Amino acid sequence: MNTKVELRRPKAPSRFKHYLTAIILLLLLWGSAIQTESSFSELFHGLPNMLDLLREMFPPKWSYFDNIFDAMLETIRMALVGTTLGAIVAIPVALLCASNLTKRGLIYYPARFILNLIRTIPDLLLAAIFVAIFGLGPLPGIFALTVFSVGLIAKLTYEALETIDQGPIEAMTSVGANYVQVFLYGVIPQIQAHFASYVLYTFEINVRAAAILGLVGAGGIGHYYEITLGFLEYDKTSMIIIFTLVIVLIIDYISSKLREKLL
Amino acid sequence: MIEINNVSKTYPGGTKGLNGINLSVAKGEFVVIVGLSGAGKSTLLRSINRLHDITEGDIVISGSSITKATGHQLRKIRRDIGMIFQSFNLVKRTTVLRNVLAGRVGYHSTLRTILGQFPKEDIELAFQALDRVNIVEKAYTRADQLSGGQQQRVAIARVLAQEAKIILADEPVASLDPLTTKQVMDDLKRINQELGITTIVNLHFIDLARQYATRIIGLRAGEVVFDGPVEQATDDVFAEIYGRPIQQDELLEEAAV
Repeated sequence: MNTKVELRRPKAPSRFKHYLTAIILLLLLWGSAIQTESSFSELFHGLPNMLDLLREMFPPKWSYFDNIFDAMLETIRMALVGTTLGAIVAIPVALLCASNLTKRGLIYYPARFILNLIRTIPDLLLAAIFVAIFGLGPLPGIFALTVFSVGLIAKLTYEALETIDQGPIEAMTSVGANYVQVFLYGVIPQIQAHFASYVLYTFEINVRAAAILGLVGAGGIGHYYEITLGFLEYDKTSMIIIFTLVIVLIIDYISSKLREKLL
Repeated sequence: MIEINNVSKTYPGGTKGLNGINLSVAKGEFVVIVGLSGAGKSTLLRSINRLHDITEGDIVISGSSITKATGHQLRKIRRDIGMIFQSFNLVKRTTVLRNVLAGRVGYHSTLRTILGQFPKEDIELAFQALDRVNIVEKAYTRADQLSGGQQQRVAIARVLAQEAKIILADEPVASLDPLTTKQVMDDLKRINQELGITTIVNLHFIDLARQYATRIIGLRAGEVVFDGPVEQATDDVFAEIYGRPIQQDELLEEAAV
């Protein structure tokens, strides 16, 4: 009658791991702060200087608009050409990286490795390298943006390629389609909206990136940052900043609206 | 029309998918293959158009061996074999018409298909195919806006546009409700009778198999355990195929109630 029911309850997992993680993170933060000699008092002491700078920036020199308008156009053109070239190159690269389409580890692992390598190089460094090769001007800037775009678009596209529905591919194979036809009718329709969206997104980023490439002499509006900062003409600098901000906001807005429509 | 000679398939792990299958299907037959999940129905069907490779034996389609065919020759044999899938396998982001026209690409050069310009006759053929499955008004609708039954009818239209001489249907109604199941099976039967297209269907509903088939093939553990006209496929035969008495959920009518 009086059978003893033994209640079996699992033991709660130890929280030791969480505490340890928190301690390690705090140590890392503290160590980094010490090593870089960053302190809040420095920030506080610098505040008057910052206010001075802001005061000199205001009011912006509106008339400077005429001088920088062409450079801004050049910036957008650089981003446009760079993104387009990058998008074209990214298509075959993405195909090589997609394990479900390439099927050979001997091909897609090296392809991915190269892609990751490309993405670790900052665009400003790329621009500096290309300036050294091709000389000053927008051309090295465009090449830098192209390489950067390939890295980003190919990465996003191959990940999207790996999640596509295999069904249509199977169906196209059963219809008697050759490799190209399977790709055209089984893969592209599934991927084209994503691809267009990634290209637009990269274009947004490239406009922002192109705005500072001029710092290393790779064309565009960045050149004027360097000049005005060098001559301490902060009212002109603030004009450039405002103009850049407006353009970037407009392009971001249009691009994100388009991307909403696409997907 | 289809000769399957001593076909076996061993998977890399050593599991036998198919074991010494010998079958011969004549033109115009409506064959239903039944068997439990994992009995090798799908593998057998996909061996016929070589979506799966076999490890032993030979499969001959209208006189030419698909097992030995490569490249262009293989694609040409495949062009004559339409396939219908459980999950429809349409491109969902494209229109119904484009999906049906995709069945035509085997007839055209790569260059022509890159441009995507199909000849007028192809488009007419696609419309006729859609007409035959009563879905022509949806031609310009995107495939993902259709119900499951409608999508499967589009898939049938694709096979018709392909002008296939053989239709392989792998569990074509497994993801459909009983009413749509009947419509899709009726379409397949009508096409089989009117156009004389040899049809092989995998099913797991016993009463459906009895209702539509002219011949039933039972598979168990990769081997043919029954092959005969539908009249001979009694309850005992099915119990033999399934290795146990028939259960209620293997009957569509019962499952529907």
